Amino acid sequence: MKRVNLEIVGVGGQGILTSSQVIGDAALEKGLDVYMSEVHGMAQRGGVVVTTVKIGEKVYSPLIGKGEADIVLGFEPVETYRAIEQASEKTWVVTNTSPIVPFTVSVGDDEYPSVEEEIIPSLEKATDKLVTMNAETLAKEAGAAITQNIVLIGALTATDVLPMDREEMETSVEKNVPKRFVDINLKAFEKGYERTKELM
Amino acid sequence: MKELLEDDPGKEILLLGNEAIVRGALEAGIGHGSTYPGTPSSEIGNTFEKIAKDYGMYFEYSANEKVALETAAAAAASGVRAMVWMKHVGVNVASDPLMTLMYPGVRAGMVIVAAGDPSMHSSQNEQDTRFYSQLGTIPMLEPTTPQEAKEMVKYGFELSEELELPVLVRTTTRVNHARGVVTFDEIQEPDTDGHFEKDPGRFVAVPQNSMKNHPRLLERMEIAEEISEDSDFTYEASVEDPELHVISSGAGFTYIREAKEEHDLPISILKLGMTNPLPVEKISEFIKDAERLLIVEELEPFLEEKVKALAKEANPDVEIYGKGTGHFSRLYEYNPDRVKEALSDLIGFEYEEEPLEAEEYDLPPRPPSLCPGCPHRATYYAVKEALGDRDGVYSSDIGCYTLGIQDPLNAADFELCMGSSVGAAGGFSKNTDQQVFAFLGDSTFFHSGLDALVSGVYNQHDFVYVILDNRTTAMTGHQPHPGTGKTGMGDPAPMLSIEDIAEGAGVEFVETVEPYDIEETTEVFERAIEHDGISVVVPKHPCALIEQRKVDWSPYQVDQEECKQCHICTNKFGCIALVREGDVIKIDETLCVGCGQCAQVCPFDAIKQEEKE
Repeated sequence: MKRVNLEIVGVGGQGILTSSQVIGDAALEKGLDVYMSEVHGMAQRGGVVVTTVKIGEKVYSPLIGKGEADIVLGFEPVETYRAIEQASEKTWVVTNTSPIVPFTVSVGDDEYPSVEEEIIPSLEKATDKLVTMNAETLAKEAGAAITQNIVLIGALTATDVLPMDREEMETSVEKNVPKRFVDINLKAFEKGYERTKELM
Repeated sequence: MKELLEDDPGKEILLLGNEAIVRGALEAGIGHGSTYPGTPSSEIGNTFEKIAKDYGMYFEYSANEKVALETAAAAAASGVRAMVWMKHVGVNVASDPLMTLMYPGVRAGMVIVAAGDPSMHSSQNEQDTRFYSQLGTIPMLEPTTPQEAKEMVKYGFELSEELELPVLVRTTTRVNHARGVVTFDEIQEPDTDGHFEKDPGRFVAVPQNSMKNHPRLLERMEIAEEISEDSDFTYEASVEDPELHVISSGAGFTYIREAKEEHDLPISILKLGMTNPLPVEKISEFIKDAERLLIVEELEPFLEEKVKALAKEANPDVEIYGKGTGHFSRLYEYNPDRVKEALSDLIGFEYEEEPLEAEEYDLPPRPPSLCPGCPHRATYYAVKEALGDRDGVYSSDIGCYTLGIQDPLNAADFELCMGSSVGAAGGFSKNTDQQVFAFLGDSTFFHSGLDALVSGVYNQHDFVYVILDNRTTAMTGHQPHPGTGKTGMGDPAPMLSIEDIAEGAGVEFVETVEPYDIEETTEVFERAIEHDGISVVVPKHPCALIEQRKVDWSPYQVDQEECKQCHICTNKFGCIALVREGDVIKIDETLCVGCGQCAQVCPFDAIKQEEKE
């Protein structure tokens, strides 16, 4: 198989580490090699978080080059946009549309672009392979806003770019979230999955 | 992470580099572990914290890296396998005992893990720690992946015992914080049965002993060089008639290997795992027929300079590329693009996916910031209120509170390293007429805030020494410290009082205050500023990340009818849960933790807590 590269981007505290763990475990379970690069420490305090996940028969390095992502999974619209040079024509861009406004905007130092009028239209212009959803709304429908990350994992699975299928990914979700929240998370997964299939 | 204790050889598991390092130590039967937390090494301690007791070893969070290294050295001198780990700048703190420890060496194996941070993801500098191996004459291993990190730590103990010297395992962020598939070997029982056999001629570093021990060290390094020549961690992949020879070590190697394997490049690679002492013959043999040689290593030209020197004898005609030729930089970590760029210039390798072209926006930066509910924000706000229009110098330190540097608090003017706030504050107070503040946290106070306190009292420095006590080591992931009443193994411990220590050192003004009460805190700072000499103020409130998990709360809201849009809450206080849309201020309920600090700051009482349902 050809190596599959994921670039997962967002903001510290959005559950990105859990998401990459879900993907990595599923790949390992399928007998594939996995190499991931994570962000810990200072950046986690509300800063930009970028996680790379590479899956293949043998993976040698933790990072990817420009345009090399098969999927850019964005937990926050501006962060998706910031990571766009990791994507090329072949890349699926899956993004949450619910913004987290940096404090630099609130103190008046910077401006946050309009998601509906600027970010999304510009992404649409740049690529046909775009999936957008308000993961926060879908997560709340599933039962808890905190399951946004699993909504997006469902969306990612629905693109069929991963070598793992829906069942294999769901099994990994079950394994990686606290037991008492398994049902809510599986519902969140379904929300993201179904929404993506509708859009594709 | 109890899985790390499974004695299940052959098992494949996805591990963070730092967890793999722990597993390597368990497979070597580690008896003693000590550290002071620092990114990117922190998860090593976090992991031992969870498993040390079940495994049966001793583990401690020492007050700082120097103490951590000294305790480990004593363990190893007593026949107990010991590991000490720290971030790269932690080695600076530990370097004093380390430089001399190399003379007597150790009995049981001792491994020192030094985790570098190229690109400074969470660090104040990106110093290349490999040079310590030369400065101290220390055998060094450089892993490239989590799997190799595990193997090198395990082997490090054996090597250390063979040489009777501590062994340095030097990692970087892309090893410590990479997650990869790691294969378990057999786990060993912990080595805890220590007894110190006296040998003062060896272990007491007085001049006449060091005169004997230094040549002993050099002799042992000769043995180490022979070992380096046959190291299992050397990897060689040669092709016939290569267009380019490559020598590499560390995380940079992974990118060049990937390019070679996936695109079948006509290059021969020699990867070195043991990089001090270098395998001189191995390298000479590798380069003797080379026409062109590229050196791939992050940060300083550590290998490059040595290989250049070797080439003078082994192959004077070889053209050597790397930092000297501008193909690589001494700055920042490497990535696939930087390695491909060098290959493109040297062998015409072209592989690039065309990145998407998208309209350019001035995207707002997203620097890390103090969390909602963080008590430090209230402390900084109160200091600024108390100071008013007077000119203040804010001497800051290493920890979450350094994030006070951001708008609108702007509460960090000078900062170098752990503990530097206090000495520098003394220097500012003696050499300027500005009102000086030193800001450092509780864990940093115990790490290196004591010596400058004593020195400052003695030399009659005049500044406000603010110890922001959030009852934990927050930035690195909430480790306990001497003031928390808990050890690294989870046992109860004496809870050292910062206030008692300050009073014991002769400080006349020592006050503790609840920073969530901003008015009271401001009043304390007003008095502290008036006091001549060092005044110690301890704003004490647990880290918001710990507290918000426990407290029953409801979020605050802005009453838009009462709000006069003065923007004091955003422009002077600046909690990230306060969101400004045009002139309207709202509170993001998903971020608000209900601390109520902003309600105190609002002059119009427009910020109110929602009724609990």
